[in-house]
This record gives sequence, C-alpha cells and structure tokens, in this order.
Amino acid sequence: MKSHKIGPALVATAVVAGLALTGCGSGGADGTDGTIELSLLVDKSAQMTTMAQAMADGFNASNQGITIKIETREEGTEGDNIVKTKLATDDMADLFQYNSGALMAALDPAGTMTPITGESFVSNLEETFATAVTQDGEVYGVPIGQAQAGGIFYNKKVYADLGLEIPKTWDEFMANNATIKEAGIDPVIQTYGDTWTSQLFVLADFNNVTKADSGWAADYTANKAKYADEPAIKGFERLQEVYEAGYMNKDFASATNSQGLQMLVDGTGAQYPMLSFVIPAYAELSDDAAENIGLFAQPGDKLSDYGMTAWMPAGIYIPKTTTGDKLEAAKKFMSWVATKEACDVQNEAYSPTGPYLVKGCELPEDVPTAVNDIQQFFTDSKTNLALEFLSPLKGPNLEKITVEVGSGITSAADGAARYDEDVLKQAQQLGLSGW
Amino acid sequence: MSSSVQSERPGASPVQALPVKASPTRRREGSVQAARPSSFTKRAYPLWFHIPAAVIFIALFIVPTIMSFYFAFTRWTLFEATFIGLENFVMFLAEPGLIGSLGHTLIYGFSTSALKVIIGMALAVALTKPIIARGYLRSVTFFPVLVSAVGVGLTFKVLLDQYHGVVNQVWTAIFGSDGPGWLTNPDIALYTLIGIDVWKGVGLATLIYIAGITAIPNEYFEAARVDGAGSWRIFRTIILPLSFPATSTVIILSLIGGLRSFDLIWATTGGGPGFATDVIASVIYKQYQAGFYGLSTAGNVILFIVVTAIVYPLNRWLVSKETTL
Repeated sequence: MKSHKIGPALVATAVVAGLALTGCGSGGADGTDGTIELSLLVDKSAQMTTMAQAMADGFNASNQGITIKIETREEGTEGDNIVKTKLATDDMADLFQYNSGALMAALDPAGTMTPITGESFVSNLEETFATAVTQDGEVYGVPIGQAQAGGIFYNKKVYADLGLEIPKTWDEFMANNATIKEAGIDPVIQTYGDTWTSQLFVLADFNNVTKADSGWAADYTANKAKYADEPAIKGFERLQEVYEAGYMNKDFASATNSQGLQMLVDGTGAQYPMLSFVIPAYAELSDDAAENIGLFAQPGDKLSDYGMTAWMPAGIYIPKTTTGDKLEAAKKFMSWVATKEACDVQNEAYSPTGPYLVKGCELPEDVPTAVNDIQQFFTDSKTNLALEFLSPLKGPNLEKITVEVGSGITSAADGAARYDEDVLKQAQQLGLSGW
Repeated sequence: MSSSVQSERPGASPVQALPVKASPTRRREGSVQAARPSSFTKRAYPLWFHIPAAVIFIALFIVPTIMSFYFAFTRWTLFEATFIGLENFVMFLAEPGLIGSLGHTLIYGFSTSALKVIIGMALAVALTKPIIARGYLRSVTFFPVLVSAVGVGLTFKVLLDQYHGVVNQVWTAIFGSDGPGWLTNPDIALYTLIGIDVWKGVGLATLIYIAGITAIPNEYFEAARVDGAGSWRIFRTIILPLSFPATSTVIILSLIGGLRSFDLIWATTGGGPGFATDVIASVIYKQYQAGFYGLSTAGNVILFIVVTAIVYPLNRWLVSKETTL
C-alpha cells in the first residue's frame, strides 16, 4: 500500500493561506507570574463541562504553579471532526478530552499524541481503562468521569405492581413484555427521533457475543467474523423480535430520548434500553425517579452468560504539539487526575453515574439505584467491554440501520449484512490488514 | 451560448453599433502605442489591479477545487492520503445506500422543479390579475423564501409529528383515525419533503413568472380580447409561450437547487427513517462526518458531474427553444 504524506502538507498550505487571508490565529499565553496556563478542550455537554470544571478547580487549588483553563467544542460527529482537524493542523489545545477505545484509535495516536506509558501514575489506572487508551503498546490517556453501562432501564413500580422478576434470559424478558403489554403499558420504549438511541439492542448485546465467543472482537477486526452470522446477529434479531411482537410505544418513530425518559419515569413505558449517562437526566424528572428506575443487563440465551456490557469513560490526552514546560505541566495534571483526590472532587461536583476507573476511588453513599445496580455488576466481575473498546471498527451507519430494523423497514438479516458492508469502509479507511 | 446572443440581437443592435463605430479610432491609438517600448507595462499595468482578487480566487476556489479532484482518488484521513485510483467511485456507485440516494436525488430534483413551474405559473397568473389585496398576497407567497431552510425544516418536523403534530390532530378530528407518519413512514417521507420544498421555494418561481408575465406587451392581450379570445385561450397562446424565458429560468434554478438540496432534508429527517430520504448531498455529508474524507470528496465530484450532465444539456435545449420563438 503506497502512502504519501501529502495530506498534511496540503492541509497546512490551505490553513496557512486561510490564516494569512483572515488574519486569525491562536496563541496560548503563559501567566505573567511564572504560573503555567494550560488549556483543556472538552465537549460542551453540561455533564462534561461540569466534570472538567470541577477537576480544573480542584487541581488549580492544589497549587502546583499550573492553571488549567477549560475550553469547549461541539459534541458528536461534529466534535470528532473538530478534534481531527485541530490535530491535523497542529492547532490543538494543550490537553484535550476525547472518547477512549475505537474513536481514540481513529485519531492516529502514534502520530498526533504524546504517550504516557512510562509515567508512574499509569499504574493507578484500572486495567480495563488502560486497555481502552492503549494503541500499539503505548498508553495515551487518563480517565475523566466514570464507567458506563449499556442495558435496560426499568420502572421498578411497574415491575412490582405486575409482580415481575428481573429477566436473566431473553425468553424471560419476552415473557415479561407480554405481561406488561397485557396491563396496558408499553413494554419497550424506543425513540427514533434521536436515531442514536436505536443502537442499544445491538450494542448492549455485546456481553452475550463475548460470552458465546471470547475471540469474536479480534476475529471481527481481522475480517473473520461478521455481524450477519451467529452470535452477533442476535442483537439485530432481538430488535426485530421486539418490533414484530408490537412491544414498542406507538410513537417510537418520532419520539426523542428525553420523551423516552419521561415515559419511563411516568410508567407509561416499562423498560428502555439505554446507556447509563442518562441517569442524571431522568433523575431530574420526578422526585422518586432516581430511586424508582433500576437497570438490568440485556439478557441473552443462557442464564450463565448474564452480564453487563460496559463502556469506558472518555480520556484526557496530550497532543504532540504540547512540548517543553507545558508538557511537564500537562503530565503533572494527568498524574493528579489519576488519584483518589480527583475522584473525590468529582463526587462533590455532581452525582456520579458509574464506578471510577482509578484505583482506590469510591462512590458516595446516596447514588441513584441504577448506579448501584451497575456497581454490583462490576463488583461481581460480571461485565464485558463494549465492542468499541475491543475493536477500532464501528460503522457510521449503524444507527440508521437499526432504525430500519426496529421500524420493520428491513429484516435483521439484511440489516446486519448491510452493517457489515458499512464497516468495510471504516476498515479500509483505518488501513487494517485483511480487508 | 452563441444562440442566446442571436436571440437578443434585434434589441441589442443599436447599442452594439456604438463600440463598432468607435473601434477604428481605438485601434489606431493602440497601434501607435505598440511602437513604443513601454507598451507591455502599459498594457500590463491594469493587470495588477486584478491580482488581489486573483489571489483570493485562486487560494479559495481554484486550489481547493483541484485538490478535491485529487483527494477524490485517495483514501484520506486528513493526516495522510493514500492513492487508491477509482475505488472511491466504485464504492459510491456500488453501495445500495449510495446508489439509492442518487435515485432519491433525481426524484426530488425533478419533482420539485416541475411542481414549482406549475404552481408558480398558476400563482403568477392569478397574482397579475387585478384582484383584491394583490400586493399583500404577492408578499405572502414570497415570505417562505425568506425563512431559513433549517427553520422551515424544524417547524414542519413539529407540525407533521405523527401523534402530537397539528396536522395529524386536524386529520384525527376529521377522519377519526391516526394520520399518516408524514416524516416517519419510509414510503411517503420523501414526498412530504418535496411538498415542503415546494412550499418554501414556490415564491421565487412565482416572482420570476410575475416579472415574465408583466413584461408581455399589453397590445397582445388587447388584440386577443378584440378578436374574442377567452381567458384560457389568452393563457394558452399568449402567456404560456411568451413567458417561456421565465419558465426556463425557473426550471434551471429549481433543478439545480433540488439536485443539490441538503439543508431542508437534513433539518427535517436527517436522511431517515433509515435511508429513505437520503440524497447525494446528505450522503456526502454523512461520509464526511464519519471521517471518510476521500469518499465524501468523490461523492462531491459525482454530484458535480450529475448536476452538470443534467443541467448543461437542458440549458442548451431550453435556450434553443427560446430562440425558435
């Protein structure tokens, strides 16, 4: 494969021309009194800015002659492009927050970031997180926030009223659904007005895939395993099964994530497959929501496989462009982030949504029910990482395809096959061997 | 192009006569100057005034255009580009999602264009008649053009919501059953979008037609009425043929707009449900979002070729029709 390093040169030319024409530029100023000022670029979600600001304040107060200043950027795919463009044009902040796992791998960390492999604080990180920020044997980041889980949120009152037990197999889940539907409540909430929410049945099924075939993720990366085949196709089939049984809320095609959470809290819908970062969002909807909403893992075929699919928090990384005193200062900040002190600062600033990935960190006493449910899975070691932390492959069209399968536009088999094609582009783009 | 000049010649000839007469004198002056050594600097002197504009044009338009043609043949991560020949184009044309979007683009472009011609013409005929509140009605027709496409898209998304939208609440009140999922049913979502686009864009077509119709000399109408022609006859034999330049303008403008339409579609459905309302422009945007920069650039080149391949011959044909009038 011939590879010309012409891209950066051309991009640089275009940017230089742009700068010359518009006269804009960026510059990080050092404080005049000898303190070093570092900028930290984070996404502008309320949760992330609160977290980052709390950490910056906590670190600045620890008085090491370094001041962290928060800058924000767009979220989602728009944010991905901002980060990639800033890295490609050497215009990145001194430190930046970004997803761990496959998305970090797509940033070409070897070419754009400074590894922290040899630093002493790396040993404070939990192994699962370290894996998610490691590329070709080099560690690049420290965690900001907590681990997340993808599973099925449920309304405990509805479950109690109908005398239901938490399902540990898919058959039990479908049996519960039948009972809930008979009671006149929508068993499964789906919200395709926010298309990303449609992916959960597929993504949260990954614990079951790993249990069925522990080497699946590696085979998938090597182009040897496909979503169109067992065991991975199950996720698509489960989505189709729920649609065909008529278990969804009738306005599933246009409802939004926040409407879905409202249904769950109100009890007009009983269960909602979702990621745990929504916990603070629904906790605000009613006084008893934090207590009344629980979380169970997406069940599979076998009782023995029952476990939670876990997501790692985002990381903080140092771009290649941060050098000299600033690099030393940036590493000092990272080393502080990987301490219990940093976790305590986060605990005080907001209600955490899952366990920390720094050794020695603890959750406060009064967390929402669902957070305790997640913690239990981690304590019991009944978790497996989501696919995006085990393989760099994530096709961009998954959410559109799951909308199609979940709305009955295509079958699970066709959807899974189409997703395999979608992933092909990503694999070629990343230059993986075997594709 | 030459044919359009021919069509304008009768009207333009008195104006053109002036420079033709003046040219012998100017040419003589030029030939005198040509004998002097400084002639090149004299001739080149005004050229320098072009340079600021040329630098901006080259840096912002020419260079990126040429670069984009190169990157269309590469797998590009922004960090590095690997030359892969025609693979991007093959992938774009082979994938069902991408080729499906081409079909949607054509349906969208041609139907919005046709509807704008028909409705625009009808409205313009009505609005050139001496009717009550004509000025007000003309403004109302034009107002949607002034609103941003994103605003229109989000508004219609709310209005057309299957269960909570005003439109379907009225539907339920009248018919008693649940209304259709205007934007969520994959079979009708594209046509709903076409309807919204026409609502938003028909004002401009009407404006062009009003200008075209009012430019028709009144003598024709008077003569026709004296000869006993009815309204329909006048429309068929006077308004329709004599407003043809307006028709061709509307067709070209709305077709180009429709083929590269993006903002309205993205704000309303995001190409969904699934891929049901994906057009080339939204697919290109999604490839870009996903970080497939080479593929999305190839898509842009394809869009450029499609638009040119349709619009250029169509324009030639329309212009030739104008000439034969």
